[in-house]
Amino acid sequence: MASMASRRSPALATLATGFVILWIIIASFPFLWTLWGSFKVQGDFFSKADWTNALWGTRTIVETGGAFTTNGYSGAWIEQEFWRATMNTFIVVFFTVIISLTFGTLGGYALARSGFRYAFWLLMIALVFRAMPHITLVSGYLLPFFEWNVWGHLPTSIIVLVAINQPFTLWMLHSFFLNIPKDLDESAMVDGCTRFQAFRHVIIPVMWPGVVTTGLFSFLLAYNDFAVTAMLLSQENQTMIPKIASFLGSTFEEGNVMFAVAAVVSAAAPLFVLILFFQRQIVSGLTAGAVKG
Amino acid sequence: MPHKTFFWFIFPSLAAMFLFIALPIVSVAFQSLYIEHEQVLIEVENCGPFGCETETVVDNEATAAIRQAEPLGRFNGLGTYFDRGHLATAEISEAWSTRESFSGFLSEVMNLPFYRALAFTLTYTFVCTPILILLGLAVALGVNGLPKAFKGPTIFVSLLPMIITPLIGSLILFWMIDAEGIFGKTLQVIFDDPELSLKASPALTWITLIVYGIWSSTPFAFVVFYAGLQTVPEDTLEAAMVDGASRWERIRYVVIPHLMPLVVFITLIQLMDNFRVFEPIIGFSAQANASSLSSIIFDDLRGDIARFNSAAATSMLTIIGVAILLTPVLIRTWRDFNRKRA
Amino acid sequence: MNFFKTTAATTAIVLMGSTAYADCGIASGNVNILGNEFGAIQALVAGAKECASGTVTVESNLTTEHRDIQVAALTANPAQYTSAIVANSSIVPLLNEGLIRPLDDLIAKHGAGIKDTQKITIDGKVMAIAFMANAQHLYVRQDILDAAGVDVPTSYEEVIAAGQAIKDAGLMEHPFAMNSKTGWNLGEEFVNMYTGTGGEFFKPGTAEPSINNENGVLALNTLKALADLSNPDFLTFDSNATGAIWEAGDLAIAQLWGSRASGILDDEGSTDEITSNTVLAAAPTVGGGDTPASTLWWDGFTIAANISDEDAEATFIAMVNGIRPEVVSANNDQAVWLADGFTPGPAAKGVFATASAGARPYPMIPFMGLMHTALGAELSDFLQGNESAEQALADVEAAYTAAAKEQGFLQ
Repeated sequence: MASMASRRSPALATLATGFVILWIIIASFPFLWTLWGSFKVQGDFFSKADWTNALWGTRTIVETGGAFTTNGYSGAWIEQEFWRATMNTFIVVFFTVIISLTFGTLGGYALARSGFRYAFWLLMIALVFRAMPHITLVSGYLLPFFEWNVWGHLPTSIIVLVAINQPFTLWMLHSFFLNIPKDLDESAMVDGCTRFQAFRHVIIPVMWPGVVTTGLFSFLLAYNDFAVTAMLLSQENQTMIPKIASFLGSTFEEGNVMFAVAAVVSAAAPLFVLILFFQRQIVSGLTAGAVKG
Repeated sequence: MPHKTFFWFIFPSLAAMFLFIALPIVSVAFQSLYIEHEQVLIEVENCGPFGCETETVVDNEATAAIRQAEPLGRFNGLGTYFDRGHLATAEISEAWSTRESFSGFLSEVMNLPFYRALAFTLTYTFVCTPILILLGLAVALGVNGLPKAFKGPTIFVSLLPMIITPLIGSLILFWMIDAEGIFGKTLQVIFDDPELSLKASPALTWITLIVYGIWSSTPFAFVVFYAGLQTVPEDTLEAAMVDGASRWERIRYVVIPHLMPLVVFITLIQLMDNFRVFEPIIGFSAQANASSLSSIIFDDLRGDIARFNSAAATSMLTIIGVAILLTPVLIRTWRDFNRKRA
Repeated sequence: MNFFKTTAATTAIVLMGSTAYADCGIASGNVNILGNEFGAIQALVAGAKECASGTVTVESNLTTEHRDIQVAALTANPAQYTSAIVANSSIVPLLNEGLIRPLDDLIAKHGAGIKDTQKITIDGKVMAIAFMANAQHLYVRQDILDAAGVDVPTSYEEVIAAGQAIKDAGLMEHPFAMNSKTGWNLGEEFVNMYTGTGGEFFKPGTAEPSINNENGVLALNTLKALADLSNPDFLTFDSNATGAIWEAGDLAIAQLWGSRASGILDDEGSTDEITSNTVLAAAPTVGGGDTPASTLWWDGFTIAANISDEDAEATFIAMVNGIRPEVVSANNDQAVWLADGFTPGPAAKGVFATASAGARPYPMIPFMGLMHTALGAELSDFLQGNESAEQALADVEAAYTAAAKEQGFLQ
């Protein structure tokens, strides 16, 4: 990156760096605030008296004796067995991502290589599908799912999430495959490979960056989903986000909001690891993929 | 690619979408044309822990007989689409014919739930989308200029707003902007107004929602743009520099055209997502001052009595709205597609 | 027949001779319970689960989304759940669709311990067994009222006067709060107030709305006067918000849910000064009426229609086991229980006072939910001062009429 073209004047560099620092503060402040506050009691973190209580833990000292407490974490993880929800989320997310990407790569590849008009119209229809509000879809599923006795099971939610996620996955992977030169697989076919063999031996080895990026977005969709999982899973199969929502209480009953806060902080931890791990692929993936729109 | 090969490649994806999206959309479209059966009501005495009352109940047997005859309900055509909860054509023409001034007419239209929701939805969509695209681009350019060691952590922090579930993210921000919260208090000091509350006035609520929308969606634009920047051809940039182009001119004439397809992609996705804005309205308890098409659907489905036909009609209107919004972008994609075919 | 008038101080615990893991007397069957997720219901379900044995399975799904899945879950045949735990409002869709069965024969066989006041009778048939009660009532801060020199108000006119006095004395800028968040909460406040004026929501025997009248205007104007004493953010106030403000000591008078009392009176989140001065009183009357402007709520269990008689019997026995006196007395402070074994504590005082003063139950009318939704959506414009009370009520009636036509209640 030390080429001549990317060099710039010190003033501009300072301005750009300042802007990035400002952005980092804006992006991370609410999370850091939550992280800090998750070790306080509710009376401090959601203080109506004085927001600085959340910094010093005034009520936390009164109620627990120290300025920091791990009550939120122990309450969520031990008392409320949040780990069950974590396991369910892991299963849902893992299979949703794997199946989405398998379906999506096959479909996206076909759409990218087909020169026929219907490929375009299929992409358009996929967009229309994506426009459908999820809550309407989910309400429509309920009765048939109960009648077929498939309601409440993890596989049902997984397949629904895969389907809901397909339009975006197809679009992203389709544009990614457009960027892989046609000659690559076509020359393999000239050498006697079938279309699938060409895909298997020539395309799969070079498609990983794009797949990982698309996978990140599938992952976030499944991980943060509330509309589908809250309505389609039974209590023992509940995933993290509906579980967190249940900590918040209802009109009639007081909730354990600090359990929810602690759970959210915990829920973000695996994402950090994941993003650090796949960071390079995420960026190089989009580089190769989405550029052609 | 031959039709047959194409079919087998796309089959799993198509089957999933057909079963779980296409069929439900068709069924929703059908249901939006029907309304419930006439319910036979009878008066009975109901008793409970707090005494007895004479109340109305549905006569299940009589209603079941009607239902048996027509399982889908009564055909209502496009009636639901034009009723007060949706396009409200009768109310609008009434307001137009009795108007005293144009602004009076406008405020009567804004009194109708669908148009109130549409006003916020469109404002939100058209303010958020361009700003978050520009901001995402600016952040991407800034991060791209950082020394290599800082890039990784910066990218990771930049993704935070997208990662935290909106359910809790907006709850925490909602407390931070409270009149007693850290942002609320700071704003009161800055504007020297101890009564300032972001939750009380419609204008401030809209601004809050829009700021949240930009904050939470900028990371998406940022990631896509940052990746795109990695492919900007270095030699073109250098050639432009030799020709004496300033940094701004290089961005304007080399980088941005190169990123144009990405702008189309982000616009497409974000227009659609912003048009369906929902979580922030619930999270910020903003229903008094802002509603969207999605929040109307939510209210219809989550009342004590689910109004599925009404929600179905609003959902179809949402799809039509998204289709209209995306038309310009789609025409562009169509041209690209034909160019590639040629 | 009024539970609170006749048995308000019941302390006699009738032991029914069942201990943990006792044989409940179910031969075989499947029990599956759907309900909301909170302490009292968890206790009930734990009690029901004690009936599980080699031939009896007892499962449950307690979730905050229970209302949204119950109709579909009980429509399926056989139904996914054998019992749904409901309230006055959420029983209505099940009744409308005929998804729950009459319990009279089961009560005759297995319901000896159930009091008449627990039976929810519709047209002579018992459709649900209530086990707990709830209502909104006044919370007042005695120290603030003393400082302002006013008594505990018994009518909303006095509440407004007391609030004004507190404001004028410079004690608090916004002394009053209620759960006035746009949507269900605001709708409930209007339902309470309008019930207090003695108004009827519908023309008798029909689904025609009838709220755009003097009573409606009085209810709205009272709400507006109360809103003027509230923090300007009042349209975002739900139970969590009002509870937090109360615990922070920024309120002198509030109309809150009785079920929140134990959380407000405990030592968490608040100082001793605030909790020791918090007095729970009956909901006030309005406009010179004599019924409190509040509605009474119950939670109860129902048995699904689309299940075998064997499962229905098993479910009924298990549910009755879940509300036996030992369970109730072991979870005494979780709720205002209606079943035997309950000793009313300090947190139950407000609900008892409201019920004893003759408050009316929340109407179990098939189309009340549509009215409630319309109220919740259309009243905020008036409270923000953007339109007249008559216009707001006309909007509510128009929104309700559109919904009721679509649902087949109006032609």
